Amino acid sequence: MADKTKLARQFIQAIPHAQELGLVLDEIGDGVARISMPYDKKLVGDPQSGVIAGGAVSALMDTCCGAAVMCHPDAPGGTATIDLRIDYMRAATPGQTISTKATCHHITRNVAFVRAVAMDDDTDRPVATASGAFTVENGF
Amino acid sequence: MSRPRPEPIQVVKQRRDAALNALLDSVPYIQFLNVTFDRRGDELTAQLNFSEKHIGNPFLPAIHGGVTAAFLEITAMISLNWSHLWERIESGALDPEDMAKGILPRQPKTIDFTVDYLRSGLPRDAYARATISRAGRRYASVHVEAWQDHKDKLFAQGSGHFLMPQDDDKS
Repeated sequence: MADKTKLARQFIQAIPHAQELGLVLDEIGDGVARISMPYDKKLVGDPQSGVIAGGAVSALMDTCCGAAVMCHPDAPGGTATIDLRIDYMRAATPGQTISTKATCHHITRNVAFVRAVAMDDDTDRPVATASGAFTVENGF
Repeated sequence: MSRPRPEPIQVVKQRRDAALNALLDSVPYIQFLNVTFDRRGDELTAQLNFSEKHIGNPFLPAIHGGVTAAFLEITAMISLNWSHLWERIESGALDPEDMAKGILPRQPKTIDFTVDYLRSGLPRDAYARATISRAGRRYASVHVEAWQDHKDKLFAQGSGHFLMPQDDDKS
């Protein structure tokens, strides 16, 4: 169990694109992952407001959802996204870190179901939510 | 039968390319992912120029699902904004030089975006085109398809809804 979490942690930290986004793995284990993305000007989508691009939030959400699947007690190995839907509730406040929490709430032999929420400093009002289906792989 | 003399080709091309480049250059995230656009008249094809930094699974290797999602969303957003601004670019109401200086109309806002991952993204360039299913005054619905080697073998498709900017100075 602890080994799985350790393996998942190592896998997430070895993802080239996660490093490129500056993602920080805050917590992982038992089908729940928390990953944050510090504000960075290169990720801005709207130059006039300085708001982070929706695509960067998608990449953060996708990584966090995958991490939640890999650390689920019933997951034998890696995972790939089948489908991911993101709802953008509001613009993230420029300058603030975006933190996501993903929960793998159900897993079968073939499919894992995940929900996630993204927040900035104002944790009462989510920035975005996601829900998706992921593959269940035997290896990495 | 008379019509105004058509503009010289270089005037038309220069105006359209300058306007498109101004839209693209203004967004740091598009530069970060290295997404470029090909234009044929008003039709756009986006290209995700492969980089090792796009890898999500180093063992396969495969493009990160988040990169694919972002690529599709950029394609949808730029294609929608481009079609929304086209008339004003062509009429001269929007000046490409002003646009290049950062004087840009507000972008549409993404309401939601869904991505279907059909095959794993191979470590090479990818292409995408968007279809605007409906462009309403307030809401727009956009579908995007992405491929790598064969246009008829999509590796991902996406669709999303966008909120159109309301502060346009269209009287």
